Amino acid sequence: MKNEFNVIADLIEKDKKVLDVGCADGTLMKFLKDNKNIDIRGLEISKEKVQECIAKGLTVIEGNAEKDLKQFPDKSFDYVILSQTLQAFLNPELVLNELLRVGKKAIVTIPNFGYWKIRLHLLIKGTMPITKTLPDEWYNTANLHMCTIKDFVHFVKSRDIKIFKSLALNNLNTSLINDNNLGIKNMFADLGIFLIEK
Amino acid sequence: MNTEKNIKTLIVKKPLKLDCGKTISDFPIAYETYGSLNSKKDNAILVFHALTGDQFVTGINPVTKKDGWWSYAVGPNKAIDTNKYFVICTNVISGCMGSYGPSNKDPDTKNIFGSNFPVITINDMVNAQYHLLDHFNIDKLFSITGGSMGGMQVLQFISNFPDKAKTVIPIATTSSHSAQNIALNELGRQAITADSNWKDGNYIANNTNPGKGLAVARMAAHITYLSKKGLQEKFGRKLQEREDLKFGFDADFQIESYLRYQGSVFVDRFDANSYLYITRAMDYFDLAKQFDGDLSKAFKNTKAKFFIISFTSDWLYPTQENKDIVIALNSIGADVGFVEIESDKGHDSFLLDIPDFLNALKNFLDKSYLEN
Repeated sequence: MKNEFNVIADLIEKDKKVLDVGCADGTLMKFLKDNKNIDIRGLEISKEKVQECIAKGLTVIEGNAEKDLKQFPDKSFDYVILSQTLQAFLNPELVLNELLRVGKKAIVTIPNFGYWKIRLHLLIKGTMPITKTLPDEWYNTANLHMCTIKDFVHFVKSRDIKIFKSLALNNLNTSLINDNNLGIKNMFADLGIFLIEK
Repeated sequence: MNTEKNIKTLIVKKPLKLDCGKTISDFPIAYETYGSLNSKKDNAILVFHALTGDQFVTGINPVTKKDGWWSYAVGPNKAIDTNKYFVICTNVISGCMGSYGPSNKDPDTKNIFGSNFPVITINDMVNAQYHLLDHFNIDKLFSITGGSMGGMQVLQFISNFPDKAKTVIPIATTSSHSAQNIALNELGRQAITADSNWKDGNYIANNTNPGKGLAVARMAAHITYLSKKGLQEKFGRKLQEREDLKFGFDADFQIESYLRYQGSVFVDRFDANSYLYITRAMDYFDLAKQFDGDLSKAFKNTKAKFFIISFTSDWLYPTQENKDIVIALNSIGADVGFVEIESDKGHDSFLLDIPDFLNALKNFLDKSYLEN
């Protein structure tokens, strides 16, 4: 399991009720169910991935986060997870609001467009950056609204969303983000993980 | 049809008060079982059949000598694995495969009921079928499942008996019959009652059979079970055993011939009055209405795990109607999974060999059983 998922799993206490939005093949869901006794549900848009989740014995709903989150009542989950998908929505703000409505807390991870390799790629090559976390070309990427760690922090603060924990990931290294090191982390982390609440 | 020797029946002694106000008692429910009930009695699956189905889910139907209606899904090593699970299916009351219905005699008048049989609802059907649990001494079913009208019974059953099933799998169904559904059923009923051989429902006593009307009803209904794309691919404008159009009203096109054949074989195995009664039960089905218009209230007392399946090309019970059930369940925090299966075979998809569907069904059941 990728390090990002280990970090997410560490943020969640045992026996909680969790919704994984865009749960893909259910790797994280399965881990949480088996190791932390989490009552876990998934929402996934790909029929193929839904089938993989069912084969793992996971409860998954085929659906689109932009349309289908509204069926869940307010604060009906302890945590709602959104891993590396926020930038792919037509209206990320709306999805973020829905995550925070449905979940008591939300865990959102974003691929950091401020990562130094991305900056360098654009600076030197002058073409849209391609990295391990952002492997697609500009014309076939699902990512519509890329942002940096700094952008995301500014955004949530401006919306009165509480940040409980901000983590910077660079391969296997995890470190805390705070007001003093935001600029540095925005340069050297390729992924940001945020535990937030509204 | 001399069918009795192949049909197992349970006589329900206890009076059953029907939604129409009448009470029936000492009535037969015909059933069939597959596989065996284990010693813990925790491996039973109650399967509910659709409009024209019966209790013979799989294997060779001893009456029609054809494959059971859900042979692709049910059997040894299949999605509903009869090596593992004990499958029970009953013929719905008002049906014509041995359960109490309009061809039975009215105990009061000693005449065949015909259209004097009480109007039956989906609720009445499941209340009657519930007696099978007592009969087999099963405290809790491992699963209940069915497609189309079978799915309606699934929803009604878990609403009536919230702690009697661990898993619940409604397939290609709805919680409320739409205007289009009612309209299509009415078309079928009109075809039957317009047949002069229907004789106000007393055709058995009159020694006639409204076969033409019933065949037309079946032909119309059959179209609704398919999709435009499926029909076009299978038949297109292909001609039936002829080089060119004949400029008449014989079956020039293969699709015409196919529908005529579907109508004619149906008449041999199905009773016209049963068709009227069962379509009426479907039309009356509106689960939300039973709970002041709030569908989620129908499920508020159950801890069962739901898995809902729809098909992309099903326009009779489209995905959105299946999703409405998912939404109602999510709004009360129920354990519900949902998948829409890609298929161009229309509503009939649930009866066919569609690997994505059968795999999902098998995986859901087998994984859930492990968690037992």
